[in-house]
Amino acid sequence: MEFDPLLLSRIQFAFVVSFHAIFPVFTIGLATYIALLEGIAYRTKDPDWARLSQFWIKIFAVVFGMGVVSGLVMAFQFGTNWSEFSYRSANFLGPVLAYEVVTAFFLEAAFLGVLLFGRNKVPPGVHLFAAIMVAVGTFISSFWILSANSWMHTPAGFELRDGMVHVTSWLEAIFNPSFPYRFTHMAVASLLTGGFVVAGISAWYLLRGHAVTASKRALKMTLIMLAVAAPAQLIIGDFHGLNTLEHQPAKVAAMEGAWETQEGLPLLLFAIPDQANETNHFEIGIPKLASLILTHEWDGEVQGLKEWPAEERPPVGIVFWSFRVMVAIGMLMIGVALWGAWLLYRRRLLDHPVYLRVLTLMIPLPFVAVLAGWFVTEVGRQPYILYGVITVQEGLTPSLTGGMALFTLIGYIVVYALVFTAGLYYLTRIVRKGMPEELEEQQDPQGRPKRPLSAADTPLDEPSA
Amino acid sequence: MFDFTYIWVMIIGFGVLMYVLTDGFDLGVGILFPFARSEQDRDIMMNTVAPVWDGNETWLVLGGAGLLAAFPLVYTVFLPALYIGVFLMLAGLIFRGVAFEFRFKAAKGRRFLWNAAFFGGSLVATFAQGAVVGTFIQGFETENFRYVGGPMDWLTPFTVMTGLGMIVGYGLLGATWLMLKTEGETQRWARGWAYRLLAALMVFFVIVSLWTPLTDDYVRSRWFDNLTWLWLLPLATVLVAARLWGSLNRSYEATPFIYTILLFGLFYAGLLFSKWPYVVPPNYTFHDAASAPESQLFLLIGLLFVVPFVLMYTAWTYYVFRGKVRADSGYH
Repeated sequence: MEFDPLLLSRIQFAFVVSFHAIFPVFTIGLATYIALLEGIAYRTKDPDWARLSQFWIKIFAVVFGMGVVSGLVMAFQFGTNWSEFSYRSANFLGPVLAYEVVTAFFLEAAFLGVLLFGRNKVPPGVHLFAAIMVAVGTFISSFWILSANSWMHTPAGFELRDGMVHVTSWLEAIFNPSFPYRFTHMAVASLLTGGFVVAGISAWYLLRGHAVTASKRALKMTLIMLAVAAPAQLIIGDFHGLNTLEHQPAKVAAMEGAWETQEGLPLLLFAIPDQANETNHFEIGIPKLASLILTHEWDGEVQGLKEWPAEERPPVGIVFWSFRVMVAIGMLMIGVALWGAWLLYRRRLLDHPVYLRVLTLMIPLPFVAVLAGWFVTEVGRQPYILYGVITVQEGLTPSLTGGMALFTLIGYIVVYALVFTAGLYYLTRIVRKGMPEELEEQQDPQGRPKRPLSAADTPLDEPSA
Repeated sequence: MFDFTYIWVMIIGFGVLMYVLTDGFDLGVGILFPFARSEQDRDIMMNTVAPVWDGNETWLVLGGAGLLAAFPLVYTVFLPALYIGVFLMLAGLIFRGVAFEFRFKAAKGRRFLWNAAFFGGSLVATFAQGAVVGTFIQGFETENFRYVGGPMDWLTPFTVMTGLGMIVGYGLLGATWLMLKTEGETQRWARGWAYRLLAALMVFFVIVSLWTPLTDDYVRSRWFDNLTWLWLLPLATVLVAARLWGSLNRSYEATPFIYTILLFGLFYAGLLFSKWPYVVPPNYTFHDAASAPESQLFLLIGLLFVVPFVLMYTAWTYYVFRGKVRADSGYH
């Protein structure tokens, strides 16, 4: 039986990068929240804030640890499966990805240890500074990664010599056309993810009557943030979409499920795109709305997929539906955030168990939205790996066989399933154990490992009776 | 433009050596794990490396990213050629990393599972790294800067031998590290293993030293025709090995570990000089493999700021956790 190394490599990359992406998207938002908590704790000297921060630092530590583990795999994927692409674009991608690693190192070397283990060891101001630097560091890390990723979508600042990328302007290459939009969109997505997780877990504690004072505070402040960030994300997303329309119109056509170029394009709420027959089935749409959103005119013209030869069109179904999933969850998040703000304003938040339950159910949704968003942009870029320059077919490792790709794909699925089940199980144990009544004394870091996961000391197994 | 390639050879060369030496001893501790005398000894063994192991592994990530930036050809030939081996190494490292974290959090009755993951992960990762060395010596089938060999070229009798040699070598690093960090019966146990592993390592050394020039014309001409000063390296190796053997006899504690590090340094130098200036043998030199000068410079600027910090932090961590690890000084 013949396996297609290209398809298997794409599935493998999608699998490992999706698994990896959910950790940083959470830690970036959470690091910001922790820095904020530390700031308030520093100003008010109120131990309840410090306690809250201490709890979330534990969660942060475990998630950060899992992000590092899955990131290790990412550092090698480019070479194992996409060596031709890596080789030809190494002059730009190499330094930029290395800068990301270097930033992460620097962050870990200088500040993470202080944040995780230094509460009783360093003056409060230094601890706060470390918290802020960890948060800043996570943003710098994502700056480099998203720069590299955006460059693959909207390559700039380079020339090809014998098929090899040579950078002509670092500024133009790093700040390529789609980068500012993608970075902002992702940064706000991180805040939303962190916010909904904190809100959801706080709501769950309130429902159980656990750590009421701290959970109430946590819930209120995150709801205010979410009520601003969720609607803002809609606007940022719109700008990002317009940028995509300018640089990758085929992707937008796939997002809209538009086959024909037309004026007054309807916004499709439902359709089953049919790639082979170049049409949609069971279309339900709102007339002219897509044109209005994309061109800001009722009768604006939007290019359809038929403008491109069939082999240059992305897989429409995945892009079309991922986009709808992302937008639907985004709308839901706006609704829930505004509802919360309203309850907060009417001071009815705490005696509204239905709302609190809704919040706990929201916990997984931002992760789904983030992954769906990445599916839109990455699948929508097909068939290119470096947009307009190198196709995925050309970028693949020449010596790679289908059997090899299948072997490692299954291998990674098995490894990740085992490791992340353990990780997720452990996270739920920490959450279930909850917040202690008092600020915990930290153990002496002498003879203690200074690594992320050790900042959490909850046992892995149920205590034996 | 100024040639940054040699600076990058030194940076990457230093990073790889740092990785081999530091992760080498903690992988070695994993390799010796099932042979420990008791579960309490295993606690002690793990505690000796717990504070530093993940710092040790960061050199690997830095090496990977640094290679893509400075010597992309190495990255894009080694990884496809060692495709399966790289997967095994990563899987091994992940399993042992997780075992580190969860063994101490697990109930006593379930620790054997994490013990097995720690040992198995260390063993597989070490073997894969040894196979990388063997593959490097063997050379790569390339055409027009692309790897064109088969998926299993990396697994030959020769690379299996270098893989096993690496297991023994890391084991020795682990054993001498434990002599440094433990005392009493545990230390005596580690010394016993150090003897056996050193003897086995020298056997592998002799085999590789004979096998390589017999099969590789370039290495043979290098050693027997033009560069006679190279013979100082094996000479020094034998000398250091003899001193190491002697130091095991006496009540030295740090000396055996330092000699083992020297031994690894000499192997490493011998390996590089045997192939120099080729980095993707038999066809491509360091200059062929290098990225564009402006790319090398761009990353160099950032590294100049960060590497001192990483080194200071590393030194500080080892300083903080200096001294013997005892049964009661664990962190739980």
